[in-house]
Amino acid sequence: MITAKNRCPATLLLLIGVLAFTGCSTKPIRPKGEAIIPPDFPAERVLGKDREYLHKADIYDPWEGFNRSIYRFNYQFDKYVFLPVVGAYQTVTPDIVETGIHNFMRNILDVTTLVNSILQLDFDKTMHTTTRLLVNSTIGLAGFINVASDVPRSDEDFGQTLGHWGVGDGPYLVLPLLGPSNVRDGIGLGVDWIVWTEIRNWLLGIESWQQWGYTVLRAIDIRAHTAFRYYETGSPFEYEWVRLLYTTKRKLDVER
Amino acid sequence: MTSVKNSFYTCLVLLVTAIALAGCSTTPEPKGEAAFPPPSSESYDYPFDNSYLATVLGTPEKYRAELPETIPLKKRRIKIFDRDVPEALWYDQELRYSYALQKKAAPLVFLIAGTGASYDGGKNTNMGRAFYEAGFHIVSISSPTHPNFVVSASKSGVPGHAFEDAEDIYRVMETIWGKLRKKIEVTDFYVTGYSLGGFNAAFVTYLDEKRQIFNFRKALLINPPVRLYDSISLLDRMLENIPGGVDNFPLFYNKLVEEIGRVYKRVDQLNLSEDFVYQAFKAVNPDNEELAALIGVSFRISSANMAFTSDLMTDAGYIKPKNVHFTRNTSPGEYNAVAHRLGFTDFFHVYFYPYHKAQIPGLSREELIEQMSLSSIEDYLRSAEKIEVMHNQNDLILEPGEIDFFPRVFGDRAKIYPKGGHCGNMDYRDNVAHMVNVFRQ
Repeated sequence: MITAKNRCPATLLLLIGVLAFTGCSTKPIRPKGEAIIPPDFPAERVLGKDREYLHKADIYDPWEGFNRSIYRFNYQFDKYVFLPVVGAYQTVTPDIVETGIHNFMRNILDVTTLVNSILQLDFDKTMHTTTRLLVNSTIGLAGFINVASDVPRSDEDFGQTLGHWGVGDGPYLVLPLLGPSNVRDGIGLGVDWIVWTEIRNWLLGIESWQQWGYTVLRAIDIRAHTAFRYYETGSPFEYEWVRLLYTTKRKLDVER
Repeated sequence: MTSVKNSFYTCLVLLVTAIALAGCSTTPEPKGEAAFPPPSSESYDYPFDNSYLATVLGTPEKYRAELPETIPLKKRRIKIFDRDVPEALWYDQELRYSYALQKKAAPLVFLIAGTGASYDGGKNTNMGRAFYEAGFHIVSISSPTHPNFVVSASKSGVPGHAFEDAEDIYRVMETIWGKLRKKIEVTDFYVTGYSLGGFNAAFVTYLDEKRQIFNFRKALLINPPVRLYDSISLLDRMLENIPGGVDNFPLFYNKLVEEIGRVYKRVDQLNLSEDFVYQAFKAVNPDNEELAALIGVSFRISSANMAFTSDLMTDAGYIKPKNVHFTRNTSPGEYNAVAHRLGFTDFFHVYFYPYHKAQIPGLSREELIEQMSLSSIEDYLRSAEKIEVMHNQNDLILEPGEIDFFPRVFGDRAKIYPKGGHCGNMDYRDNVAHMVNVFRQ
């Protein structure tokens, strides 16, 4: 059992390692032994003094080569595995069941929000989230029905909690399967997962096949409710836009 | 502990099964003829008089035509050319498009998106819902200026040419039709598009007179430009409304984020719905200059995407040096910044015009500008009873007086609304009813 459990992350690590080394450089290929032919609008001329400023203002992304490789991997995974599975799930599941499962997953997410609202010493959010959890888990039949839809819903995670107490983003990071993140939020995801697993085991005690089932269903539910599709924004600068918007969104999330 | 756990799961399974059996929902049938009766009164109650506001905000929910939440839309990819694409654009080998088909024989509408817009952008999606509800098959196509189209479906890789774009779109329509004709029966073909897509629709219809593949029964041009060069100049100039000019874009962005953040913090519910956009607008209360700057930024992003993609396609050395090669992992780096500093008019003068002059020696700038205009096919448009226009008196992409081109050339076939800015009223109920009724006659 233990070996089976460990083999999966090990394979994943190996895969990431291979990806990281196969496509790491983000530099274009320059001609060998001949001068670069200046384009119609050379950067030196168009950007002038802003050239230096732009480099400083950019989001810190020291592992861009690795990140871009993972970004492409995520697209392929989406195309050949994730999206077909999500499509099949949506076809076989009646809408009302899908909504029920979605509500169930969001109710579980409220546990994470509650823990982090407490850690941020945010009284309002703690009260709201407690109310939602209590009402939805009981009257809402384990969360399948969002009875407490009038109670404000927050979304707090450990990345935001760290941000709340002054921890910076750290380097930008594209996570396999999960997409854009940064070191702080990546750690946050891990902590939230461990905390939720502990709480759940304490409450219910669950066997490993059930845990796997839950994890897969949660992943499918998240993907089904995420409209983003890799390489479909129609921008050759999509990687940069996603990086900018993710970072901006998280900054606002931490502040709110 | 085990029994608690097991009974919990038993309950769960039972619950899911019960819900599954109780609620097998089916998609409602389209209303067909009954949908969208023409507006009865003469008054036009679209809410925004200000053309900038209309352009940015569109139509608030309660003023919109009632459309079905979902239609059986299929998103697909199709190969147009058997050719290699540049390594950096590997993901755009095939053209993406969508369609929704009626169960019985029906007319088919091709929808062409506007500048830089995608087949699944908001405007094409809503038009598609309206026409589907009214009983049409629909096929939605990205603008020939959209990077996915440039890479997968533009013969030259240099978008923006009225006649060549029409050829490209026509080829795409034929290829898609080649696939769909096995599945459906089509009674008549129609074509429509908004903004540049409306302009494209005119040239596609013109081309169809020669090719005769579709024999479009009707075409509807929604908010098209008259002279492309006039419109792109107007759009480029909108960026001058950024305080300190486009060079100050990073500051403008930060200020924008700050203002949006102020509103975001006050919103209770999490979903960033359209309500949020309206709330944000009320709170920020931007003036005309700021709105114009926003419109300018939105078009600048389209222009940067298009120009840089085209440059990668042709290796013309516009932004990227000719002999520098992009791999699939290459970061555009400062070429990204350069692309966003250059406008449509730079593209026209430094890239587009030289490209066409190389093919037609002696072609002057003025000639090319004149060709990229509805007036270059004015005689045809005047006599083509099948083409209708829906436009707005205060459209921002037209020079003062340019709107008069439409009543002058199309006569009664041009419906000009008093307000709506650039495409802001496309979802408004009267406009949707008009669109559908043009194709029903």
